Amino acid sequence: MTAISQDTMGRYGAMAARARSEQMAFWCIGPAVFLIVVTTVVPFATVLAFSFTDYQLGDAGLNWVGLANFSKALGDPQVRQAVTNTFLFAGMVVPTTVVLALFFALLVNSRTVTRRFYELVFFLPITATMPVMSLVWSFILHDRIGPIARLLQYFELPAIGFFSDPDFALGSIALIAIWQHTCFCFIIFLAGLTTIPKEMYEAAALDGADRGWEKFRRITWPQLAPTTLVAALLTTIRTFQVFELVVVLTSGGPAGRSQVILYKTYLEAFSYLRIGYGSALTLIFVAMVCAISLVQFRIARRQQAA
Amino acid sequence: MNRGSLKPVIFEHAVLSIGVVYSIFPFFWMIITSLRSSGDAFNSDSLLWPTKWDVVYNYTQALLTTPLPRFLANGVFVCGVILLLQIATALPCAYAIAKLSFRGRTFLTATVICCLAIPFQAVALPLFVGLAQLDLLNSYFALISPFAVSVFAILMLAQYLRGYPDEIIEAARLDGLSEKGILWRLILPASKPAIAAFAIFSVAAHWNDLYWPLIVVTEPDLAPPTLGVLFFRSEESGDQTGPLMAAATIVTLPLVVFFLAAQRRFVQGITMTGVK
Repeated sequence: MTAISQDTMGRYGAMAARARSEQMAFWCIGPAVFLIVVTTVVPFATVLAFSFTDYQLGDAGLNWVGLANFSKALGDPQVRQAVTNTFLFAGMVVPTTVVLALFFALLVNSRTVTRRFYELVFFLPITATMPVMSLVWSFILHDRIGPIARLLQYFELPAIGFFSDPDFALGSIALIAIWQHTCFCFIIFLAGLTTIPKEMYEAAALDGADRGWEKFRRITWPQLAPTTLVAALLTTIRTFQVFELVVVLTSGGPAGRSQVILYKTYLEAFSYLRIGYGSALTLIFVAMVCAISLVQFRIARRQQAA
Repeated sequence: MNRGSLKPVIFEHAVLSIGVVYSIFPFFWMIITSLRSSGDAFNSDSLLWPTKWDVVYNYTQALLTTPLPRFLANGVFVCGVILLLQIATALPCAYAIAKLSFRGRTFLTATVICCLAIPFQAVALPLFVGLAQLDLLNSYFALISPFAVSVFAILMLAQYLRGYPDEIIEAARLDGLSEKGILWRLILPASKPAIAAFAIFSVAAHWNDLYWPLIVVTEPDLAPPTLGVLFFRSEESGDQTGPLMAAATIVTLPLVVFFLAAQRRFVQGITMTGVK
């Protein structure tokens, strides 16, 4: 190649470079494309196909059952309960998480000397190995011997069966999920707050808006609203995916009161090996997540356009 | 905000400290309980501060009488191999998307973005069936293979490499550097910051994962720490909280230390998951 003089390069040179680029690209993307097809595209297509069959692992054959799995799922009281609980759970966790994270981000953002300290402390739960920390929480909220139970006892308040009382189980898990997710939103908010130009506050101060609440209402909140939306949507997706907490703490009990869609799907698919039915439940879960993702995507597009 | 007066500041610190307690209490309780004798943990006279220490017993118990070292080794091995594979597959692909022209580039990019929207739980079932048919459940292969490629890594690295100057690549080509050489000697070193940020995200995600190990692993010999600790719990009863919390501390600590050492990178790596 290097022997060819500059003037003969011309068209043939360009074509050779083009061919070389194609060839290089082929080797570069080959492994990734192969793996994406094998680990994501084909499995996803298979889930779609399975959901219309009655396949069970170990069976010799399978039958096409049309939409039977989906109609069964819609009529299954346990599935309904799991879906309802998942929404209920998100309803408890998402607003609380966002409000707490915003509140603490505002407070920490106005600190100067102690800011680093608070940042570190509030960031810490992001490192949490959740299956293990769930175990820790199970002792902290233990209804007889845990420190919280002792505290209630000390103040002569009635004992609470955090994980055994049907009315509390889902709420207790939510309490831990809030702990888990608040730091993530906190990080997003803190990043969002640092992008607000200082001049805006100075200008507002000239207009007489120098009190905390006025500043928040007129500058911080309008500037932070898009961030808030992103934080809320991401947290919603994460809460829809709640799994470890349920596995470790309640196994969906008592009486299915903390059953959620992903754990129900896990039981049907991987414990009872009802692949067809499990696939249909998987798709219900995917629909829930995708609906939120779609909203997020549209908002991102709109913000980019603006 | 406080215009020099002390009262609001103290009030703010008071409110913040409630958040501080909520944030660190589980870690605090875990570590304290791992240091004291099991009975002492639930003695109401010494709820927050131990009266009877039992550090050596708890930690030796956790490390010597249970397969915890094995779990940790499994975790390190699985996370390490996953990370290496992800970088090895994603970096060339990202380079091609960002810097090479080839037929189907737009289609590939679109496919990658679509795959990003599919949660892992959606493909777990066929992967499980496939591995079961091939008799590969309960193997490192089963733990690692589904994560050998990360579409997230591809998009992130491609985004990063778009900022890399074309002139340098052209100049290297004119100097006779092969395409392989460009990838290995120019692109890899240049991508280090992005790779570091991704590495943190990847290791944290797989070190903390319970879902997939729970599905494909039933043999304790192969269990990563998250699954192993659960085995450990079901064997032991409540009077073994000391060793159990020691095990929990050992499993949780690597990420905490990692976090304290490289906080900015860590936060960057985690916030990137905002994309996913």
